[in-house]
Amino acid sequence: MRIKGRAWKFGDDINTDLIIAGKYKYDTLDMKELAKHAFEAIRPGFSDAVKPGDIIVAGKNFGSGSSREQAPLVIKALGIGAVVAKSFARIFYRNAINIGLPVITCEKAYDAVTEGDELEIDVEKGIIKNLTSGQTLGFRPLPEFMIRILKEGGIVNYLKKYGGFEIAAER
Amino acid sequence: MGMTIAEKILSKKVGRKVEAGDLIVCDVDLVMAHDGTAPLAIEQLKSLGVDDVFDPSKIVLVIDHTAPSPSSNISNIHKMMREFARRTSCHFRDIGYGICHQILIEEFVKPWTVVAGADSHTCTHGGLGAFAAGFGSTDITVMMAYGKTWLRVPESIKVEVSGELEWPVTAKDVILHVIGELGSDGATYMAMEFTGECIRKMSVDARFTLTNMAVEAGAKTGLCPVDEKTLEFLKRRDGVTYERLEPDKDAEYADELLVDAGKLEPLVAVPDRVDNVKSVSEVEGLEVDQVFIGTCTNGRYEDLLMAAKILKGRKVHEGVRLIIQPASRRVYLEALNSGLIEIFLKAGAVINPPGCGPCVGRHLGILGDGERCLSTQNRNFKGRMGNPNSEIYLASPVVAAATAIKGEITDPRNLGE
Repeated sequence: MRIKGRAWKFGDDINTDLIIAGKYKYDTLDMKELAKHAFEAIRPGFSDAVKPGDIIVAGKNFGSGSSREQAPLVIKALGIGAVVAKSFARIFYRNAINIGLPVITCEKAYDAVTEGDELEIDVEKGIIKNLTSGQTLGFRPLPEFMIRILKEGGIVNYLKKYGGFEIAAER
Repeated sequence: MGMTIAEKILSKKVGRKVEAGDLIVCDVDLVMAHDGTAPLAIEQLKSLGVDDVFDPSKIVLVIDHTAPSPSSNISNIHKMMREFARRTSCHFRDIGYGICHQILIEEFVKPWTVVAGADSHTCTHGGLGAFAAGFGSTDITVMMAYGKTWLRVPESIKVEVSGELEWPVTAKDVILHVIGELGSDGATYMAMEFTGECIRKMSVDARFTLTNMAVEAGAKTGLCPVDEKTLEFLKRRDGVTYERLEPDKDAEYADELLVDAGKLEPLVAVPDRVDNVKSVSEVEGLEVDQVFIGTCTNGRYEDLLMAAKILKGRKVHEGVRLIIQPASRRVYLEALNSGLIEIFLKAGAVINPPGCGPCVGRHLGILGDGERCLSTQNRNFKGRMGNPNSEIYLASPVVAAATAIKGEITDPRNLGE
């Protein structure tokens, strides 16, 4: 799995209320519609500026707070290819894998990337190339079954293809 | 080597000894989702091509986040939930029953079980000795269909609370202190296990205030031992005596935090972070526009009773809106029968119907631009109460009630007669 796009930088503790405010989430199940409000309190206009394939690079504890799956879903709906962060909050991390949004834990990426840098990520090999600076960073690749879920575009597609749940966790 | 509470529950569940770090697939005893998360889970179930749920008696759907509905779009989503619940015969608690976590406490959660909720504050149920964690909608979909999930057995942080809580210090101040010490990600992926003399003496209601906020330090769950108090609570509820649960003396912890409850002061978490904790004296005098007492953190009977002690015979400060919201219909009725509701109304409070109310920012008390609210809820994130141009301070029901009387953040000890 390779992802290539421009970097958008966010700080520490970007919680799910900042990703998508709770006040919007009850009204619709249309993620494209909801995505118009993504990050609006901290970065107005983000949903218009972002291009498919772009990559979010953030600090620690990305996605803390609520269990709302709308948070990774709106990021995916904007076409964001991956989120790279120093660390992730637990529920957000699970949700992202489940819906097929690659989440990469890489402590060094935040300082090695400037907003707008062109990045290329090899999810299986655990490599981030900063094409703008020429620097290469390594990260610990995700467990194999998570990569398999990502490749299928999420756990729902995965289960449809492989039929069983045990497979998802133990294979 | 000995086991933590989390290791004991999960070992029993899978029928072999497991320890922190192990990946397991385990059966889920209770699956909960609400109107903010169930609709997506139901849609995903359709995508999965599954018509039925694995066991309707283990699934609880609750409408609490937007209850009653404030818009026609939301009404249509509620309708879809009702239809699903009817078709699958799962448990359904419509508007008016109260907050999902309170309903689970009042009716469903048993010790030694695994509880999965599509809400981050599902960790609340560890107060009854259940391994309870929050999940997103798709995880819940998988559990509704298959009745199981995969988990990593978490490391545990031991929070040992000694001493005694002295009025006006409450369980809320204990947990705010803990979160201030650990930070917003200090317990990420871990179980927060509460033990010690103070916990033993603490009511079960107060324990829920602790476990409820474990996630605010990133924890997967918060856990209390199943002791005399828990057994009494459950005996009253179910007429059954359950098995006790406590960690082994030689259990291994990733970290330990000692708290002397007797040395704590009333605390306040200031915007926009829950771990930004200050003593009430540091923020005393800050004017507020709204005070909110309620939520899954502090909307139980005991919380309302603490607020009533302050509000009895007093009037809410002119220009302050005091909103009080019982966590459930049962709590509401108990407050009504014991005269608390009359005290609140005479003081000038507004009583919201049981549910999440303004904590989730969609209705029943959204803040205006530049406004400041002191709330008993668990999160003060920017925009949480519906407006990013407002401020949220978090505190106990006692500090909240005193603040409502004075119109500014107030140490209850400085309230006077």
